[in-house]
Formats: sequence, structure tokens, C-alpha cells
Amino acid sequence: MQPSSQPAAEVGRPALPEDRPAPPKDRPAPPGETSPREDAQFAAAFQALVDAEARIEPRDWMPEAYRATLIRQIAQHAHSEIIGMQPEGNYITRAPSLRRKAILIAKVQDEAGHGLYLYSAAETLGVSRDELLDLLHSGRQRYSSIFNYPTLTWADIGAIGWLVDGAAITNQVPLSRCSYGPYARAMTRICKEESFHQRQGYEILWALAHGSGEQKAMAQDAVDRWWWPSLMMFGPPDDASPHSAQSMTWKIKRFSNDELRQKFVDMTVPQAQAMGISLPDPDLRFEESSGHWRHGEIDWSEFARVLAGDGPCNAVRMARRREAHQAGAWVREAASAYAAKHQVGVLTGSAA
Amino acid sequence: MGPDVLACYTLRHADDALVLSHRLSEWISRAPELEEDVALANIALDLLGQARNLLSYAGEAEGKGRTEDDLAYLRGEREFTNLQIVEHPNEDFAVSMARQLYFSTYQLALTEGLTRSRDETLAAVAAKAVKEVAYHRDHATQWVLRLGDGTDDSHARMQAGLARMWPYVEEMFTADEVDLAAAAAGVGVDPSGLRPGWDGYVDAVLSEATLARPEPTWTAKGGRAGLHTEAMGFLLAEMQHIHRSHPGASW
Amino acid sequence: MSQGDRRSWPLWEVFVRARRGLSHNHVGSLHAPDAAMALRNARDLYTRRSEGVSIWVVPAAAITASSPQEKDSFFDPAGDKVYRHPTFYEIPDEVPHL
Repeated sequence: MQPSSQPAAEVGRPALPEDRPAPPKDRPAPPGETSPREDAQFAAAFQALVDAEARIEPRDWMPEAYRATLIRQIAQHAHSEIIGMQPEGNYITRAPSLRRKAILIAKVQDEAGHGLYLYSAAETLGVSRDELLDLLHSGRQRYSSIFNYPTLTWADIGAIGWLVDGAAITNQVPLSRCSYGPYARAMTRICKEESFHQRQGYEILWALAHGSGEQKAMAQDAVDRWWWPSLMMFGPPDDASPHSAQSMTWKIKRFSNDELRQKFVDMTVPQAQAMGISLPDPDLRFEESSGHWRHGEIDWSEFARVLAGDGPCNAVRMARRREAHQAGAWVREAASAYAAKHQVGVLTGSAA
Repeated sequence: MGPDVLACYTLRHADDALVLSHRLSEWISRAPELEEDVALANIALDLLGQARNLLSYAGEAEGKGRTEDDLAYLRGEREFTNLQIVEHPNEDFAVSMARQLYFSTYQLALTEGLTRSRDETLAAVAAKAVKEVAYHRDHATQWVLRLGDGTDDSHARMQAGLARMWPYVEEMFTADEVDLAAAAAGVGVDPSGLRPGWDGYVDAVLSEATLARPEPTWTAKGGRAGLHTEAMGFLLAEMQHIHRSHPGASW
Repeated sequence: MSQGDRRSWPLWEVFVRARRGLSHNHVGSLHAPDAAMALRNARDLYTRRSEGVSIWVVPAAAITASSPQEKDSFFDPAGDKVYRHPTFYEIPDEVPHL
């Protein structure tokens, strides 16, 4: 889901593992190995490409800070997809109808797929998936804080689809025009596939909102709990978001956190009204002069607290993730051993 | 062959698919690698799709107006007629792959047979499922080969997984009166006839995987008559809880 | 490639033929222990919405790429061979279907 500009550990220039695409031997030497004059020339050529709306591709020269920012953002985005499988996956075995169950499996499967697309995009920057997973498992890279909240009822599956995926899509659509080619292409694919995610969430809530009294209460309760965390997904307000300006210059980011948040609120309020669900913000009002829905104060202390690890599910999510990875180690090793013994299919197939 | 037999025959295969889909879906977000999360979710989705088609048809054949959801969520444990192999807990990846190899090899032969059913609906459902199940069997085969002929550790685990699931094999090929009536009417397949082909395929995979065919110990029985293992009650409690907490609600 | 030790599975590049009549296009990458599994993973991951009729998987390590440094000598010569592009030719507007 959405990476936003949450603080996260910096990823240094990673070592290139041997089994990823030949490190471009011909890639221009990184700064420090070239003369300052060459650096300046590369930097100018890089920014000119970005300004011309051309895409930067993996083997192009790029500023190290650009590479590090992208690795951090794409990795955080990928981790969010993978951790995000858990709160929704919780309900696969309990989904209240077979139709809902099928939709939910397909959705959670998409999240695994989207994590994979994003790890692939990050790998083009010279970091391996293993390294990124290590950074996640050791807590040195983060995932979207939204997944540290629990899914307590079936209605939460609706609220996540409608609000959390809605917020994610608002963020992701502009990212499909991001200056880094592999990230932009991954986002294009993800946005196309995610178009059903938000709709299915809204449909779940709509059915509940038009169901029994108990169902309706369940829907309202879920929206009450997920509304504010969804607004926090866009990251800190612009005046507290120091990295945004540089990301805008690099055209990684196209809109500010507050602009995207406003866009989401404007889109969502009428959808809530249409199904007769209220939003838990007494200050929410329509501003005639601007044509925007204005929300009340966001509790950024809660955001900081949950981000720092004090959310209801941080420990549970990480424990499950580490456990799955550790429990799978012998399987991954077995497959590698088998491949080494058999060289399955390598150099024996023919293209057709 | 009366409508009762058709409903009963259809329902048991629906239950196999539904319960196995449930078990496989438990792997999602816990698989050994992300690519495998995607693969197992695909198989779970295929089986759920088969279950829904068959449940709807069983409800139709029964003629009491029960929908796929009525049948999935509102029957008690004794009314489920799936084989015990599909309700077996996942345990580790080797146990799950042993279950997949055993069941999908059986299900592929059964489904191929059902494509020739005189019942047009069963034949049509089977025609779609046969391609899916061929893929499931291939998936299981690939993993049994890799785990069997991978590391010493994986070899030992795979051998143990095969032994763990072996007692549930015989039940797949034990025909009861419903199977025989359906087969006699040209609607169903007599499962006892599927055993030689199953043995041939599984033995070939095990041999290539450097694994030994497990020794018989005890034999599970009773699934088709509604008798299940202790694991089944927990499975149904989880699956049915939300639906049953809101009687008559729509979702 | 990994030699059966604790190293991770190698990276594969995936190419999909979306439908008959089209060439295979690069769609992304994945990790798999070997080619057989890479093909299956690619099918599950990149064609789960029926996006393809044929898949190629290539070990990423087997790809040799041109260098961005050589861009000028590598690609520019083609740049002036405008006669390769259909718009080079002036065809009177009234000539149909050309």
C-alpha cells in the first residue's frame, strides 16, 4: 500500500549479490570515483531527463540519494503489501459467504503479487529481495503503519477495501508517472489490478449498511475505527514533511501529502453519505468557497506512537512474518539443492 | 438413480473441494516464499470455484431450495461427506504437499472420468476442473521431487509427510452404495477403479524423488458417511461462525 | 546461480506473449529455484488474469545489455535512417489504405 513519507531507516548502497543481473559494469562510476566536474555533468543530464518527463532506467546514472530514496520507498511499499496480507487474510477462513471468500482470496493473492512486482522494481536498483526482507524482519525498514491496527469484525474487510485501498489508490495513481521506469511500470500494473479492491470493499459495507441492525452497527463501528488511520496513511502534513520537496524535484512524488489527503477526503465523503454511514469527525464540513470537504485535526501523536511500534498489532504482524520466513527456510534450501543437482530446464528449453 | 443419489454424489465432491480449499487458504501469508503464496492461493481459488459450482448443483438436485451458502454454512459436521484426507491439518509444507499429491492425483483421475458423465452439468463442471486439477497435480509433483531429492533434511521431512498422510489414501478408493449407484447410471465414477492408475503415477513420482512408498499402518474411514476427524469440528467452527452468528443476513 | 547452499533463489526475467500474433514482452521478474518452477511461478503471478498465451523465463544473469555509455554509437546511426519509418514517405492524401 502507500509508502508515504514516513521516516524509515536509510538503506545504504547495497552490495550486489552475485545472482542478480550482471551489475552494469558499464554503469558510470558513482560519485566519488569520478571527478567533481563529471559528477556535475551527470547530475545535470539526469535532472534534464527528469524535467523532460523521460523515465530513468536502471542502468542510467543517478544520484545516490535518488537511488537510496527509491529503494527505501519501494521497499516500504512492497513490505506494506506483504504485511497487509495478514489483517485481511485473517478473514479468508471465516468469510460469511462463498462469493465473499473467493473475492477475498483473490484480493489477498493480488497483494502477494503486488509485493512481488515491487520487490522486483527495487531489485533493479541493486538490492536483493533477501536483503530487503532482512531489513523488514530486523525492523530496519518499515511498512505502512495502517496494518498495525487489528481487523476485529467482518466489516473491517469492507472498511479496509474502501478506505485503506482507496487511500492507497489515491497515492498510487500519480506514482505510475514516477520518474523511475521500473517503479512506474509496477504501479501501472498494480493500479489496474487494484481497481476491484476498493469496489469490493465498498460493496461489503453497502451490503452491511443495508442489512440487519447488527450488520449496520458493525459497518459503522469499522468505519469509526479505520477513518482516522486512513487519513494518516498520506503521511505527515506538508509543513512537517522534510523529504517531500526533493522527491517532487525528482518527480518521484507528484503531489504533496496534504493535496493527496484532500483528494481522498473529497472523494470519500459523498460515498459515505450515499450508504448512510457517518464519518467520525465532528468538524468535517463542506467549504463552499473552495468546494472542498475540510476534515478536523488529525492526532499525529497517535501516528507517531503506532509508527514507533506502540500499535495494537506491530508485534503480531512481525512475528507472523518472521515465523513464515523461518519455517520456509528448509523448503527454499531444498529447492536450491535440487536445482544444483539437476539443473532443471536450464539451457535445455528453446524459445518459441 | 434418483435425485437423492445425484444430490448426495455431487455434494461429496463439493465438500472435498470446499474443505481442501479451506486448508490451502490457511497457507496464504505463511508460505515458504512469496511466489508460493500466490501459487497456493491459485489452487485454493480453483477448488473454491469447483465447490461453488457443485454445491449449487447439489442444492438444485436436492430440490429443497438450498443455496451454495446454505450448504456450506448451515450443515453440521455429520452432514459433511468429504474424505478425511482433505480436512487433515496443514502441519508443515511436506505434509501439505503429500496431501496435495495424493488427493490431486485421485481428483484428476476422478474428474477425467466425470467429463464423460451422462449428467451434463457434472460433465461440464468436470471439463473446466480437469485443467485446473492437472495443474494442481503438477504443482504437488514438482514440490515432492524437490523436497524428496533436495537436502537430507527435506528428504526426511518429505518421507515423514508421505507417511503421515498415507493412512488417508485407502478411503479415496473405497466405493459406497452412492458411488456404485452413480457409476451404474453412467453419472459417476467407481473410485475403486482409479487405484491402479493412482499407484502408477504416485510410485513413479516417489521413485524419481528418491522416496519410498510408506508402509501401511492404520486406515482412515468414514468421511463419506459423515464421520470425521477431530480437526473437522474446529475447521467448521471457524468457517461457519460469522455466517451463523447472523441468521438470515445477506452479505 | 545458487549452488544449493543457503543463498536465495535466483532472479528470472519474465516475458509474456499476450496473444497470438504478438511478440513476447518483458513483464517483470521473479525468484525461483530453477527454470521449471520459474515458468510455473510466472504463470501464477503474471498471467492470473489471463494476460498471456505463452511465457518465457530467462535467468536474469544470462542477459547481456547494451551500455548507456555507448548510447550514442549504438543507437544514433539508426536515428538518421528515417526511411525505415513509414512517415518518411509522402503519399498523397487521396490514396487510401496505405
